[in-house]
Amino acid sequence: MNAIDKTTTAETKRDRYAAGVMEYRKMGYWEPDYEPKDTDVIALFRVTPQDGVDPIEASAAVAGESSTATWTVVWTDRLTAHDKYRAKCYRVDPVPNSPGSYFAYIAYDLDLFENGSIANLSASIIGNVFGFKPLKALRLEDMRLPVAYVKTFDGPATGIVVERERLDKFGRPLLGATVKPKLGLSGRNYGRVVYEALKGGLDFTKDDENINSQPFMHWRDRFLYCMEAVNKAQAQTGEIKGTYLNITAGTMEEMYERAEFAKSLGSNIVMIDLIIGYTAIQSMAKWARRNDMILHLHRAGHSTYTRQKSHGVSFRVITKWMRLAGVDHIHAGTVVGKLEGDPHTTKGYYDLCREDFVPQNLAHGIFFDQPWASTRKLMPVASGGIHAGQMHQLIDLLGEDVVLQFGGGTIGHPMGIQAGAQANRVALECMILARNEGRDILHEGPEILKEAARHCLPLKQALETWKDVTFNYSSTDTPDFVPQATAAE
Amino acid sequence: MRITQGAFSFLPDLTDEQIAKQVQYCIDKGWAVNVEFTDDPHPRNTYWEMWAMPMFDVKDAAGVMFELNECRKTYGGRQYIRISAFDATHTWESLRLSFITDRPADEPGFALERQEVDGRAMRYTTRSYAANQPEGSRY
Repeated sequence: MNAIDKTTTAETKRDRYAAGVMEYRKMGYWEPDYEPKDTDVIALFRVTPQDGVDPIEASAAVAGESSTATWTVVWTDRLTAHDKYRAKCYRVDPVPNSPGSYFAYIAYDLDLFENGSIANLSASIIGNVFGFKPLKALRLEDMRLPVAYVKTFDGPATGIVVERERLDKFGRPLLGATVKPKLGLSGRNYGRVVYEALKGGLDFTKDDENINSQPFMHWRDRFLYCMEAVNKAQAQTGEIKGTYLNITAGTMEEMYERAEFAKSLGSNIVMIDLIIGYTAIQSMAKWARRNDMILHLHRAGHSTYTRQKSHGVSFRVITKWMRLAGVDHIHAGTVVGKLEGDPHTTKGYYDLCREDFVPQNLAHGIFFDQPWASTRKLMPVASGGIHAGQMHQLIDLLGEDVVLQFGGGTIGHPMGIQAGAQANRVALECMILARNEGRDILHEGPEILKEAARHCLPLKQALETWKDVTFNYSSTDTPDFVPQATAAE
Repeated sequence: MRITQGAFSFLPDLTDEQIAKQVQYCIDKGWAVNVEFTDDPHPRNTYWEMWAMPMFDVKDAAGVMFELNECRKTYGGRQYIRISAFDATHTWESLRLSFITDRPADEPGFALERQEVDGRAMRYTTRSYAANQPEGSRY
């Protein structure tokens, strides 16, 4: 593409507020000399203008339409401290190896946002601009959330550390499984799967995203049978167990009713789907905090807007919003499993969940330093198409503060669910033991698993059944960066 | 039954050599290692007895192994003994690893007591068979 014309036009106030239509860049939404304040929210958009539309003007329009502007000049701006409220696009770079697309950096004053409200933050940043005609496509890649704004949210109801303390499980990933088949089991049969999996060695079982209250299984039946299974497995093993009871429902009232019932039965965790919306998620996080409940979030629906690089909202932004909103678990990718996940991009998500300070890392898709200011840590969940034979890769890639969920990899075991669960737990424990002993698990992993399988027949069978099954497709969502991000002049 | 608390309960009992390697891993991370024991292994019994203070300044696993063996001389075979490692880093400030090193010869396990309430709802209680006996004479 041609070099970008970065000039701005200084106008007198009188010219600026003459009635009519004016370029956004001339209305103050393009300020290349602006130095973002420590308290500014910064958004990074990937802007793809329509052919012939100037990239700076397109980016200034995004700044304008996501803050104070409308399509024409309005004199009522002059009744406000408009210089403060205007979002300021201060930098536009061509996206490396992606002709026609630009990274636009836009700074927003803190006063543009309501305290502790993802609904307000998202309505501002993504509420209006994504359908803007002069743009072919638009993607919100990343956001820098200032400490001043982070501190207006409660953050995770429980957090990784307190969750581990409550469960009395330290030093290894937690193990889970989603009950399968995801639809059709009666409550009684469903609880059987939960019992077998937990007794066999898993820490958690999980409802799937679309298990709510269907004709084949009313939610109360599911809760009652599942808690029988959890408590029975707990007594059989002497170890804390849990099952994510999905309380997603059509109304908030119904969700609260299900949450209260789960609590009354002694469940330590409930689950919601991302599709219930940001406000509902924040409400349930407040409820979970008040009721000592771990809150699991299934990211149902996110791929409709996170997967394509050209348009939508990156999952790293959703991850940040969810850590603020206050969930305790979030599905964040497996890399090696059946669902989308570039290793570097996924590492970026995991860091955003678990670290207290996440430095800029363009290779991981992290465009800004992100301070979390002691906000509790969010436990990432790896789920979908993973099995015991990948244990060394999973621990190497994802670390130990993660829930590894083997659904098919537990329930599909040839000798049954308990055997599947046992295989996964033995694979996990032997790999952590070896890692701590200083062994190079990434390379010695298969050998370590084979050694462990000598005293564990179910592991031997699992390794034979799934051998080296892997889902090796190229990712669609990968970082675009140049090692030293420089303004293209 | 076999209580499966701790990080390595699904593996064959660890040898002293294996335990020492895990302890050294914790020490090298800067964590304080602690020896704890109990004869009440209820899954919600958080506070096992501390054999001594957490070993904040011990730099060699041999020092921890010495204390573990001292603890075994008194409680080995009659109580559960575990190693735990504490990390004082800001935003963690909790355990990083915990695993059982010793178990009583016989593990009778737990009963699940059900109290039917409010229609089909249930209140569950996990009760240790051994804990029926007074402390110190359970295993």
